[in-house]
Formats: sequence, structure tokens, C-alpha cells
Amino acid sequence: MQATNTSNPAYFHKVVDCQWACPAHTPVPEYIRLIGQGRYSDAYMVNWVSNVFPGILGRTCDRPCEPACRRGRVEENNRTQAEPVAICRLKRVAADHKDDVSARMPTIAPFNGKRIACVGAGPSSLTVARDLAPLGYEVTVFDSEAKAGGFMRSQIPRFRLPESVIDEETGYILNMGVRFRGGERVSSMRALLAQNFDAVFVGCGAPRGRELDVPGRQDAAAHIHIGIEWLANVSFGHITSVGERVIVLGGGNTAMDCCRSARRLGGKDVKVVVRSGFEEMKASPWEKEDAQHEGIPILNYHVPKSVEHLNGKLTGMTFEIVRAEYDAKGRRSLIPTGEPDVLLECDTVLVAIGQENAFPWIEPDCGIAFDTWGLPVLGEGTFQSTLPKVFFGGDAAYGPKNIITAVAHGHEAAVSIDRLLNGEDVTHRPPPRTHLLSQKMGIHEWSYHNDVSNDTRFAVPWAKADVALSSIKLEVELGFDAATAFKEASRCLNCDVQTVFNRGTCIECDACMDICPMDCISFTTNGDEAELRTRLKAPAQHTAQAMYVSAELKTGRILVKDEDVCLHCGLCAERCPTGAWDMQKFLLNTTQAGPHCRDSKPKPSTSAAKETA
Amino acid sequence: MTFIAKPRLHHPTLHTNQVGYTRRDYEGRISTLCAGCGHDSISAAIIQACWDLNIEPHRVAKLSGIGCSSKTPDYFLGASHGFNTVHGRMPSVLTGANLANRELLYLGVSGDGDSASIGLGQFANAMRRGVRMAYIVENNGVYGLTKGQFSATADRGSKSKKGVVNSESPVDLVGIALQLGATYVARSFSGDKAQLVPLIKGAMEHGGAAFIDVISPCVTFNNHSGSTKSYDYVRQHNEAVSRIDFMEPGQEITTDYPPGALVEVEQHDGSLLRLRKLHTDYDPTDRYAAMSYMQTHAALGEILTGLLYIDPLATDLHTALNTTAQPLNTLNAAQLNPGQKALDKINAALR
Repeated sequence: MQATNTSNPAYFHKVVDCQWACPAHTPVPEYIRLIGQGRYSDAYMVNWVSNVFPGILGRTCDRPCEPACRRGRVEENNRTQAEPVAICRLKRVAADHKDDVSARMPTIAPFNGKRIACVGAGPSSLTVARDLAPLGYEVTVFDSEAKAGGFMRSQIPRFRLPESVIDEETGYILNMGVRFRGGERVSSMRALLAQNFDAVFVGCGAPRGRELDVPGRQDAAAHIHIGIEWLANVSFGHITSVGERVIVLGGGNTAMDCCRSARRLGGKDVKVVVRSGFEEMKASPWEKEDAQHEGIPILNYHVPKSVEHLNGKLTGMTFEIVRAEYDAKGRRSLIPTGEPDVLLECDTVLVAIGQENAFPWIEPDCGIAFDTWGLPVLGEGTFQSTLPKVFFGGDAAYGPKNIITAVAHGHEAAVSIDRLLNGEDVTHRPPPRTHLLSQKMGIHEWSYHNDVSNDTRFAVPWAKADVALSSIKLEVELGFDAATAFKEASRCLNCDVQTVFNRGTCIECDACMDICPMDCISFTTNGDEAELRTRLKAPAQHTAQAMYVSAELKTGRILVKDEDVCLHCGLCAERCPTGAWDMQKFLLNTTQAGPHCRDSKPKPSTSAAKETA
Repeated sequence: MTFIAKPRLHHPTLHTNQVGYTRRDYEGRISTLCAGCGHDSISAAIIQACWDLNIEPHRVAKLSGIGCSSKTPDYFLGASHGFNTVHGRMPSVLTGANLANRELLYLGVSGDGDSASIGLGQFANAMRRGVRMAYIVENNGVYGLTKGQFSATADRGSKSKKGVVNSESPVDLVGIALQLGATYVARSFSGDKAQLVPLIKGAMEHGGAAFIDVISPCVTFNNHSGSTKSYDYVRQHNEAVSRIDFMEPGQEITTDYPPGALVEVEQHDGSLLRLRKLHTDYDPTDRYAAMSYMQTHAALGEILTGLLYIDPLATDLHTALNTTAQPLNTLNAAQLNPGQKALDKINAALR
């Protein structure tokens, strides 16, 4: 194998699996460490720079970081269940326990003469505003609702996300001189373009819920609702009750929010019915668990066949029972089992079987091209449409995903807009800036807590079931208290503190290899990667995770470190007699809008410097 | 010296051996030796060897004297029996323990100061008597605990860290062991586990006195350019007589190698040592040839490593003394004190 090129920023970044998995590349271990130190406000601000909505995401994030968490890998086989660090819930701790951070928000540079319109006040638009307003851009955000937040406000039930949190975090952005034009639906792109904005960002989400097309659907329309619309109506108080017997169709997170909301609005017999198997459902595992925790059954392999009604009054739905079969390519088909159809009686049906993008307000002739799926044609990584000054982000760009992905889009689109309006090529994007800093403080002192905790994951306390189910607004999860947060934070393995190897000083004494609790380190002869992986001290099985390979050492062997299951405990560096190993904290500053993202780099403004500090 | 506790988490593929233990179960407390000490590598090799051999940790008795090396039994086999004796007195205490209970496996750990200076007489007599044990000397040629004076195994002409040249002849423990009748004699290097682990396995399974001299650099006081026991020096002057592998007892051994290229040595318990020779003329069962070969290479400035000598028919002190096979603590009062009649019989035989 070739020696590893550690000067590539992606190499060490990928070792921080959680940060790598996060669309917005939030420096997870850094803020967890700050939470462990009780520095909640600092942890909040580290979050705020990258994911913008720590309080909201601390409750509702789809948490791609957690399945990636190394803790879940190294506890496997040690205990019955692999358990990642409760990253998302720790983020909430920072938001709940912080002091007033309004003084830490960036100062706003004088108006730079450029005006930007953002369509929709959801997470992607607000991220664009958060990145560009401090730079002196005049940002105007349009939304059909009276308050900002978009999907976060309209479709996430209050029992998961209190309104006060949304108000606070959208407020930080709107208070940065952003012009918010609430209650103003943008109905024409042409009219918007006519207002001479220098750039337009479309972050209006994927507002249309997919329809159910089965016999009887239209006859009983009064009792059948599209899930996201129903959730919005519940959110804004237009709907306050539901039939006693409710069927929720669909296996995604919207379906989980629908069934839990229905339970709180008076539904006594609430069921979720899905076409697929339970394991294949799109909902996050914890969302499924939460629904089941509230006594909601999930029936799988039931395909809707017809809606039953009596003169327009819904009586039930008929389902065909199927099983899954997979062909050689792994494609699934649902085959009827031949069992008799099942009739489930109900009073209300909530349809949550997916969402579609819809841009009826963008005129076909205004220069913005759409693909065959109705999605805008965008430059890769630039989010620029075929009309150069119009950008898309969030669900409006690539279809429904999640909040953190929308935020990531917003950051990237802001870079594009900033470069465009400074006369620079949007396709040329500077790489992130990285730092490696030794954590050695003394002979046996490291600046991070490397005594690995043996605790298993701590459960977040819940409000009592009878109390929680009695209200649509009462928050169910109570969040960690400070003491539990400290213990949970201690489970983090500090994966951003990298093991950095210096070949020149290694004397091949084996001390690092002998002490490593995870058998990550091997001194061996070189070979092909696939073959080398099999003959290390412990086999390196997770091929998606790179191995650290040194150039040839004095004895002709090489040093190989399997990064996959490293605990970052620092024992290799502690044991090394020559300092050939060092524990160095890796900091990644993603490219954000502002002077750093431009080719012609003027002196950074004070506000930009403050943001990245 | 490390203060961080070693995490309990381990690699997801960590296996258990036939007696149900993982390799981590053979560890001891975290080492307090200097970072990079060769002794820690030897501890790691002992852990690996005992795990490979499916030895239950509680079947091992580890004994040591005083010094850096003699601290190491605390750092491996935490669940076994242990005894830190007085300086240089490990062999006699081990002999007593062995006579009292031959069911345990005896591992003597000593250093060059402990065995070649104050304990030289004890070392010599243990070898001479054929006490069944694996006697490992962690040999760094220096008194590390007292800040770097030459030990008795330091080579003539080698330099101390301060630049003083050693004018005295070294004690060659391998030569002494060969001369006094040890039936398994080997030398290795702490930085070569591929060689050291099978040597320790062979010694643990050997039927008599097994001695391994392990050159183990002292990173703090004896790992400089004037040292003959530094990592660099040993790697440059290492001359392996054999590349050995240890086969588990009961495992069938077949070979296609032409005659003369391989020596198979069967031990009493049925295990085999298969020796693939780098030097086709080297016969590890010839004690006198071994001594001569070793001296010749020493004169050339080479450090011979590998299995230098083995007596495949080795017996131990119990056989010589015709002692009871049962551990003394399992004998009852009647067995331990057979009474006046038995005493009269013995006395009569001596008249």
C-alpha cells in the first residue's frame, strides 16, 4: 500500500465519523467535550456556527451522526447492544442549559449594496440569511406563514418541539437585520425577479404530500387527510380533534408524527399500516420506538386496496397481505400471500406515504430548468440553477431529506451567492481549513479526558405517559439534567483527537502495539490493502474506514493503524518513548461565506473572525 | 510510566481460547516501567503465549526477584499466583514451590542484575538441578533502577549513557545454562515477537529446566549508540539460528521437506517442535556443538538468537528425587505422617 497522505483534509476528517456523517460537518466531539466541561454556551455557539439550530436539532435531528458513532462499534460484542453516544440529546443539553448568547451573535457589517431574496423561512433559507446577513447583505425572507421556521414550525408536533425553541432560534437570525415578510406567499418567480434582487434563494421545501390512489378515496374525502397538511393544521390549532379509530398510512417519520399526534387529539385506537416490512420502514428507529412506546401498533406488509364507506362516511380500509421477495440484484417486490384481505375499521385516515416537490409559482419561461422528476437542475455542490442568480436548497433542491441536510445546503448556497456577488466563479470552492494541535500538556498530561468511560448509554427521561398523552403541546422528552449529561458526554471517544505518527523517530519497540486496547496497531511487512487487512493484529474489517499506513521503517516493515475501532485513549502516545505518536486535535473549519471563501481574500472582517473563533 | 487505566473496551473480533478466556484476560495491571521498555514487550509475548497455549491463568505461578524485570509479573497474568522474592532468590523459592506442587506451571522472571550478579549462584543451581520451569531473564545490560550502571551482562567495550567504557567481561547466562545442564536454552530479542512467542510457548511446555535469555533494551539508560543492547545494535547484529514454530500438542505434523533441512523434536507430552533451519548444519540437540557455535559467533560480534539447545528427553527434579506426584497441600495427615512403623522401616534401611 501507498503511505497515507495525511495532508489531505479528508483523511483525518473521516476518522471523526460523526462529523463526517453530519451533512453540516458539525464538530461533534468538540461540543460534547465542552458540554462535559459545563461550558454550555460555548458548546451552543460551536453548534450554531455549523448547524444553526442547536435547540431544534437537539430535539428533532435525523442524527446521521449516531449510526456512525464509533462508540456503537466498539461496544458491540462487549455488551448486548451497540450503543452510540446520545449526540443529539447532548446537543439539546447545550441549548437548554446555556446562558444568554445574544451578545455572542455576529456583529453586522455595513450594507454592502447587495440584496438577496429567500423564498420560504425554513432551515435552508434561514441558514443562507445567517451566513450572509452578517456580511452586509440585505436579506429578505418571504413566507406564507406569519412566523418563520417553515416545516420546523408547521409539521413537527409541539410535543416534540416547543414553539418557544423555534421562536428563539429563528429570532437570532431575524434579529441580524434580516427583513422577514411573513404572510406573503411568493406566487410568481417572474414578479420576484422583477424586484431586482441580486440573488434569489429558493428554500420552500417539498410542500405537497403524495396522494393515495385507491377506490373509495374521493368518496370518503372528508375523513381522509394528507399527513403533512394535517400536521400543519394541528400545529396552527385549526384541527383539535380526530376520530376515535385512526389509521395512519406510511412508514416514515411524518407517519410517526401523525400517529402520535392523533393519539393526543383523542384517537383511542390508532394504528400505523405500512406496505413494507418493519425493518425497511423509512422512519428513524427511535421514532418507531417512540410510537410503539405510546402503545401504537405498526402493521407491516399491508397494501392499501380500497377505502370502505357508507354514503361518504368512512367505515374502514381493506388491505391486501403481501410478503417481500428479492431478486438477484436485491430489488424488492411485494408478492400477495393469497391470504384473505383484511378490513380495518376506522373513522379517520392519515396519508403519510411521501412528499413531492411542486413549483407551480415558477413560470416555465423564466429560465429555470427542471428535470423529469420536477426537481430543479442544479450545479453540483453549488446549488445554482440554470438561471445563474437563482439558487435552490433544502427539500426544494433534491427532494425531502431532513433539517440538517437543508442547513448544509444553505451554507453551500451562501458560499455560492457570496462568490457570485463578488464576481467569482461559483464552481471553484476553497477546501475546508484544518488544524492539528498537540494535546500534550506534560509528561503524562493530556488536555482532553482520555480515561474511557465504561457506561452504557443513558436514557432520556420522559414525561409520565398519561400526562404526555393528554396534551398535544406538552413536551414528551424532558432532556438530560447536567449530571447525566456529564456522564453521557464522558462516553464520547474524542475521535477528533487524532493519533499522528512520525516515522522518523519510531524505534519499533512495539510499545504502542502492545498497549493498544483495541489491537489497532501493527508493525508488519507491506502488501496489497485487501491482503494486509487480514493479517493485522486484529483484522481490519470495516473497509469504508481507512487504514493509516506509514512509509517503510528502519527494519523494512511498515506501521499500520486501523482507524476503525480506535478509542483515541492516547495510550500509544503515552507509551511511546520517542514521541513518535502524538495526540493532536483536528479542527475543521468548513468553508463558509465571507472573505475566506473568496479567491481575492481581503482582510477578514471582525464579524467573520468572531464567527469562526 | 502510564497513569491512564487501560480501557476495558476491546476489539469486536476478540476471540476466546479453548478454555474460555480472551487475550485481555491474561493481562495484569498497567505497567509502571518507562515507556518503550523492552520488558513490556516481553510481558506482551508472555500474554500471547499463555493465551495461545490455552493455559488457565490460575494454573501459573510467576516468581521474580527484585529490579525492573522483577516488577513485570504484576503486568501480566493478573489472575495467576505470584511471589516477589528477595533480590536474586527467585530460583530457590521457585524450587520450593515446585517441589510442593508440581501441578502448577512455573514461570521465573528475572533480570541481568537479579540473575547474573547477586543471584548467580541461585541461577546456576536451578539450572543444574533441572527444576521444571520457564526461566526468563529480561536482559538489558544495565542497572536501570539505580540510574544506569553496567550490569554483569554488559559487554566489554560497550559504553554507558555517560560515556564510560565497560572494562569487564560479561557473564554469559546462555553459556552457563548450557554448561550446567539446562535442557532448553534459547535467546531472543524483545523486539522480535515472531521469534519470542513460540520460544516462550516451548519453554512453558518443556519437561525440565527451560531458560530464555531475552535481550531487552533499556530505553532510558541503554539505548544509545555505544550500547550493545540497544534496539538498533541488536537488530543490526541479530543472527537467528532457527526459525521456529510451536505446534499444539496432539496436532499431526507432516512435512515434505528434504532430509537434513528440518529437525523434528518430540517432547515427553507428545508435542513437537518443528525447526526449519536457516543453518542446515545446526543441530539443536547437540549441547557441545551449541556451546561452540555460540562462542564462535560471539567472537564475530554476532548475537545468536533462536532455540540454541533442547534435550527432547528432559526430566526434572521430581523425577530425580522420586517425589510424590500429588501436591503437598492435597495430602492428608496420614499420608504426610505415615507413623512409627514407616519411620522404623526407613531407619532400619539406613542401618
